[in-house]
Order: sequence, then structure tokens, then C-alpha cells
Amino acid sequence: MPSHRRAALVLAVLALLGAASFSAALAVGSIAVPFSDVAAALLGEPVDNAAIVRELRLPRALAGFACGGLLALAGALMQVLLRNPLADPYVLGISGGAGVGAMFAILLGLSAAGLNFLAFAGALSAMLIVFGLAHGDGAWTQTRLLLTGVIVAAGCGALIALMLSIAPEHKLRGMLFWLMGDLSQSGTPWIALAVLVAALVASLPFARELNLLARGHDTAQSLGVDVRRLRYSIYAIASLVTAMAVTSAGSIGFVGLIVPHLVRLAIGNDQRLLLPASVLAGGALLTFADTLARTVIAPQQLPVGVLTALIGVPVFLFLLARHRQ
Amino acid sequence: MSALLEAHDLAVSVGGHVVCRDLNLSLAAGERVAILGRNGAGKSTLLSVLAGLRTADAGEVRLGGETYAALGPRIAAKRRGWLAQRHSDAFASTVLETALTGRHPHLGRWDWESKRDTEIARGALKAVGLAELEERDVQTLSGGERQRLAIATLLTQAAPLYLLDEPLAHLDLNHQIAILNLFAGAAQDCHAGLVMVLHEPGLADRYCDRALLVHGDGRCELGACRELLTAERLGSLYGHPLKEVVSDDRRWFIPV
Repeated sequence: MPSHRRAALVLAVLALLGAASFSAALAVGSIAVPFSDVAAALLGEPVDNAAIVRELRLPRALAGFACGGLLALAGALMQVLLRNPLADPYVLGISGGAGVGAMFAILLGLSAAGLNFLAFAGALSAMLIVFGLAHGDGAWTQTRLLLTGVIVAAGCGALIALMLSIAPEHKLRGMLFWLMGDLSQSGTPWIALAVLVAALVASLPFARELNLLARGHDTAQSLGVDVRRLRYSIYAIASLVTAMAVTSAGSIGFVGLIVPHLVRLAIGNDQRLLLPASVLAGGALLTFADTLARTVIAPQQLPVGVLTALIGVPVFLFLLARHRQ
Repeated sequence: MSALLEAHDLAVSVGGHVVCRDLNLSLAAGERVAILGRNGAGKSTLLSVLAGLRTADAGEVRLGGETYAALGPRIAAKRRGWLAQRHSDAFASTVLETALTGRHPHLGRWDWESKRDTEIARGALKAVGLAELEERDVQTLSGGERQRLAIATLLTQAAPLYLLDEPLAHLDLNHQIAILNLFAGAAQDCHAGLVMVLHEPGLADRYCDRALLVHGDGRCELGACRELLTAERLGSLYGHPLKEVVSDDRRWFIPV
């Protein structure tokens, strides 16, 4: 159990990291903007390149931060819900469902709004199918939920592969970018940010109960947790959060699995600190990664999902090695 | 005042196998009951029904006169503690953090554990001989240490009724007696009620007032240890002939 002071310190450091990722995202790119101009542009002063900062880079940085935070939060919640350190936001087939919806939308040639709608609808359908099948007779074990999710995800994977193989050549690139996770088409970031704040506010009151749930169903129940209600709520929150993230940026891998572990290795497994810390760390990681994704081989852009893994893997291995000693 | 724990006409089954029919049990403050029976007879299932973690087929369980449904999980957790038979830790956590989870029912939604809560947890760890290990990761503990940590968590919870599923599992002899003395002390000094699943009828006779024999075919016998625990009855319970041996006024039952 971290003390209040340590918790505040950790969150402050992560918030600074988030701010640093924002500064980088706003200043760096095909046209470098000095930090003084970035600040001026944000304050609404008419400086050079103000439009680039305010209308191109700021929404994209906000979307990146929101998606990273959403994925990390969903990952942390799923890991507790399934009591499985290998769980990630996609393990229950939500990104698979969104992927099927998105691929279908691209095949049909729908607009961005249509794509987002179908992706979100796909995610929700996958969530309801998994929940319905796993819930079934009321017995709701982690293993059953996990297996159902994995199977539904596999089914979605097959549908996605099918659509990729029949898709015309000129649509393939867009489809692949969506599947790997890409922030360039993410649209307005405010909805995702609002969902992120709402989900964090909704889950924090249950943080200590989640600590107990991580120790097992019966243990939690015997210590006074209404386990059934808690698991339903967490499943709903984690699924909606994941659906929001994949709808706005495709299935960006790795953030949801690794960020909660990174944070856990650094500060322990108290959800009261882990949840907000994961949100900040996930947001900062994705914002950094996206800045790199659009600059390393500019003017070409990389899918950000590739970068999150390239940054996250060495950092994670380093922390793991240090932790062992 | 109502009994700490009451079962009325309780019927329990697991996987199509009947554990008990029409079981009636009432436990007053300071009383100790041992549950004995063969592997798979349903002892743990029955205990988890008494702990409100499973629903009974029929009948009801009351804590201090009220049902679990009426109490809600949090108030129930202040009235009874339950020791699981198995402990699995999916995530790393320190020994002290684990013991502190016992304070959960005493804390409000936004409270953090106070100094006093930490003192209570440290006292419990000391009582089970784990004071030196409070910063250790639970995933590195031995089976016996993990079991004592679970008992420390239960002591931290500080409920007046202890429902113990195999409290002696993984413990070596000295710790078995130390733990039984600890709970006997809680029953005597703090008037705690005690229901525990045991595998050693001699220890049940020494540490409990009454025994509940679960035969595994739906029959359950409840009575004072002194009368109920005989070599003949225990022999039929376990399906193996036993012999009673008395040493220093204590009865032991050894397999023939």
C-alpha cells in the first residue's frame, strides 16, 4: 500500500511525462515549431504555424493520449477481472468485433463516420456475444469468460482475414493501417477524452474492491465485496472503454497489455494508484509513439501500433530484468 | 442475543451429490465445532454455504439472527471470517499488504488504511510468526507461510466468527498446535465462535466442544465430541478401522 505522499509523487511525475509528450507532439513534425510558438499558438496568438499546432497536431495528440489512456485502463481492469496477467483489452474479442465492422465499412467505401459507427457496433456486438455465451447458465468463471472471448476473437480474426483477401488492392493499405492502429484518421478527440475521464471516475471508487478481486472471487466475497455486481460493472466499463479506443484509432496493440505491467513493476499493484497511473502512462506512451510514427520516416507515416511495441518491448524487458535482482 | 451462527433445515448438495439434508446448527459465542468427514464428503462445500459464499438448496443460514441477503456482503464480513482451503496469488503483493486486505470491511469507500489498521495487521502477522517477512512478496512464500498469512489476514479482519477450511493445511506440527491454540484463545478470551474442517479427530476432540460428522451420503451427525467421537463411529465415517488410544487424558484415534 503506497502512502498518500508517494501516490501523489508518482502521479505528478507521470503527469509531467504526459506534459512532455504533449510538448513533443505539438513541436515536432515535418515543420518544427519552437516551444515558444507552441505555447503562443495554444494561447490563441497569431504566430507562424499556429494552425498546424492547433488544428492538426493538438487534436491528434489529444486523441493519442485519450486512446493510450483508454487502452491502459481497460488492460488494467481486464487483468484484474480475469485474474490473468496476460489479459489485455482485446482478449475478449472486442477489437476483433470492431475490426470486422471497420473492414466491412472500408470494403463498402463508407465515410469516416460510417467506419467509426460500424467499428463501434462491431465492438459492442462482440462484447454482448461473449457476455451472453459466457454468462449462459449464470456460472461465470474467469476461464469460461476467457475461453469464450478467445474463441470469438478467433472467429472475428477469420472474418477479417476473409475480407482482407477479397478486398481490392487500393483498399488494402487503409485496412492494414486500421488493423495495426493508426491515429491519422481519429477525428475529434473530445469524445474519447470524455469517455476516459468518465471511466476513470467510475472505476476509482471500486479500486480497493478490485485489489480484493485480484486475490480471488471467494476471498473478495468473504471480505465484503459484492463480487457479482463488481464483475458486471468492471466488464461493462472495460469493454466500453476498449470499444471507444478501437473505434477512434484501430487496434493499437501492446499498450493495454504492457502499460499496466510497467506501472505495476514500478509502484506495486494497488489499483487506487495503478488505475490513474496507468491512464497517464498509457496516454504519454501513445502520444510519444505517435509523434515518432509520423516523423521517423516523414513524410511517410507509420502505424502507431508498430511504434508502441518497438518502444515498449525494450523498456519492459529492462524493468523486468531490474526487478528480478 | 441471537447465536453467532444458525443453520435451519439446511440442505446442501454439490455436483448432484447430497452433503446434508435438514441440518440444524446453532453456534453461541465461544463455542467450537469441528467438521469431520472423508475427502469429497462435502465439508468445504458445507462450510462455504455457512460462510454465505454458496447458496443452499433449501433452508437458511443466519448470522446474529439475520440472513446474508439481509446483511449484505460488507456487514457479513464484519461478522464472520472465512479461511479458504487454497490460496492463489495471480499478482505480486507484499505480506503486509495481503494482511491489510482484512481491514476492507472496516474501511469506507474512500478511506485508506490508517496507522491503526497497519498496527492491527502487524499484530496479526506477529501472532502467526510472520513479523519478519512483512516486506516479502507473497508469491515467494512457502505453502505453510502462505497458510499462516491467510490466517493473519483473517485475524486482521477481526470478525467474531471464524469459519476455517482446513486451517492446518501445509503447517508443520509446531505451527498446527500454535494455530489451534491461537484460535482456542480467541474463543476463550474474545468469545469468538469457531467452525473448522479438520482431518485429525484427536485434535478435534482436544480443541472443539462439538463435532459435525459429514458422512457423504446426506447423513450428518452433530454432537459433543466426548460422546460422538468413538473409534467405532469414526471408523465407519472414514471407512477404515480405528483404535482409540488415551495418553495424558487425551484421546487419539490411530488407524489399525
